[in-house]
Amino acid sequence: MKILVCISNVPDTTTKIKFAEGNTSVDTTGIQWVINPWDELSLTRALELKDDTTTGVKSVTVIHVGPAASEPTIRKALAIGADDAIRVNAVSSDAWFVASQIAEVIKKEQFDVIMCGIESSDYNGSIVGGMISEFLGIPSVSAVSGIKFENGQPIIIREIDGGKEVVSVPVPFVAIVQKGIAKEPRIAAMRGIMMARSKPVKLVEPVQVDPLTQIVEFEKPTPRAACKFIDADSPALLLDLLQNEAKVI
Amino acid sequence: MSVLVYTENWDGKFKKLSFELVSYATGVAKMLNTTVTAVSIGKVDENELIRLGNYGANKIINVNSDKLTVLDSQVYASLLSEIVRKENASVIIISNNNTGKSIAPRLSVRLKAGVGSGVSRLPLNLNPFTVYKRTYSGNAFAHLVIKSDIKILTLAQNSFDLIETPSNATIENMNPEIDGSLLKTVIKDIRKQSGTILLTDADIVVSGGRGMKSADNWGPLVELAKLLGAATACSRPVSDEGWRPHEEHTGQTGKIIAPNLYIAVGISGATQHLAGISSSKYIVAINSDKNAPIFEVAQYGIIGDAMKVLPKLVEAVKEIKK
Repeated sequence: MKILVCISNVPDTTTKIKFAEGNTSVDTTGIQWVINPWDELSLTRALELKDDTTTGVKSVTVIHVGPAASEPTIRKALAIGADDAIRVNAVSSDAWFVASQIAEVIKKEQFDVIMCGIESSDYNGSIVGGMISEFLGIPSVSAVSGIKFENGQPIIIREIDGGKEVVSVPVPFVAIVQKGIAKEPRIAAMRGIMMARSKPVKLVEPVQVDPLTQIVEFEKPTPRAACKFIDADSPALLLDLLQNEAKVI
Repeated sequence: MSVLVYTENWDGKFKKLSFELVSYATGVAKMLNTTVTAVSIGKVDENELIRLGNYGANKIINVNSDKLTVLDSQVYASLLSEIVRKENASVIIISNNNTGKSIAPRLSVRLKAGVGSGVSRLPLNLNPFTVYKRTYSGNAFAHLVIKSDIKILTLAQNSFDLIETPSNATIENMNPEIDGSLLKTVIKDIRKQSGTILLTDADIVVSGGRGMKSADNWGPLVELAKLLGAATACSRPVSDEGWRPHEEHTGQTGKIIAPNLYIAVGISGATQHLAGISSSKYIVAINSDKNAPIFEVAQYGIIGDAMKVLPKLVEAVKEIKK
């Protein structure tokens, strides 16, 4: 059983976002780049499955679509414990482009489980995982918060509105992963960091694909009005404002 | 050419988001000078179906099949793409919830249609087709141009008001042949929450953070939620500590919600938490630290210890509910 984890390179989640070039791009000065949080949790769960010898998981590979500049993020994934990595050498332009590239790689190299985070914390698209599965014509399960194997069969927990479902699908399949899949992201140990240097990163040139979407401008969220403070001993006043000013209760 | 909207139901009734979706689709259809076709998959009776007409649907396609009770994104997307072609739809509107997120990308590949996900306003422009979407977890919004002939928009929940636009909708029943062997998703078990208000659907949410101090102190918060008809939620440290179930975690890596009213009790308002709640229409913050960042996004604030303020608030609500 081979697992592929798709990783995206995103600004650290505490970053204050600023724009550049007339609000057409994000100013990357001083940004700390990290593995997208959901991808990091996916990688952690993939490694846990490999550690458990009863699952039959033999290897965990990470794939990233990005330029050489995102190499440190790939090395971090290797330091956390991935066996090897694939980098598609292209600047990602949209979900369609990224999913097309990853699907091309999977067609050539077989994987049994493909894991993607439910969204990237930068574009908040929630599209790539589903597109990959449709390009490959294989099943996908969305909003996955648990995954294990019983007798070689994947048993998956997916979140639905108002509950959970335990489902099974045949391999190969795409798991689109959300919170709950692993408790805490695994942290790279010194030994892992040393080993990551010699782990293979396979470079793949992109296939020709025209993106379907393009961001032409960014804007900041509309600022909110200043907070009105109410005395802690007069909660009735708060309720009055909620009833008569905001009209929400 | 038409605007197609995929609605969702729960126990035979449409979810509130379905009416939001139809209201939004009606707005898009007006811009394009065309009509709205709503699709419902599952068991919904005629009295309920016709309600979609109140929000502007001109035609309702009712797909009823025993084989479609389980969400299998492959089969659903295949069915929807057939309907899109038959209806000659140029814009498809889907919710940006878990169901929508599993269908939209598949439909995109089938139709070679670009996706604008998490839109919260009507398109900004028709030529080029430009939508307004959330990025950087709510810290920025993007103007996204969709270049393909067919466009798919997923609408952020509770971001678009219901607009009544009565129309004489026609209902068309469809009983598609579903090849059972194509259904790959097998349900082993369903664990439904019962009797509670869906967090992502709730108009009011009462949420607690570290300021609640322990798992044993949630009584007044739950009572307040009950009195207000609200759903309960929590911040990440609370679910990590196991004080509340992780389904209640709202924030960047948890649920992203946009209720009309979000009451944050003992939540300081870290960037990651705000990413999940900043689209709420009104935010009330109760926190003992007057410098807590939650007050920067709140319209109403009470500075005080959650443990002391909550019981007083509960009493005050009881008073007005009398």
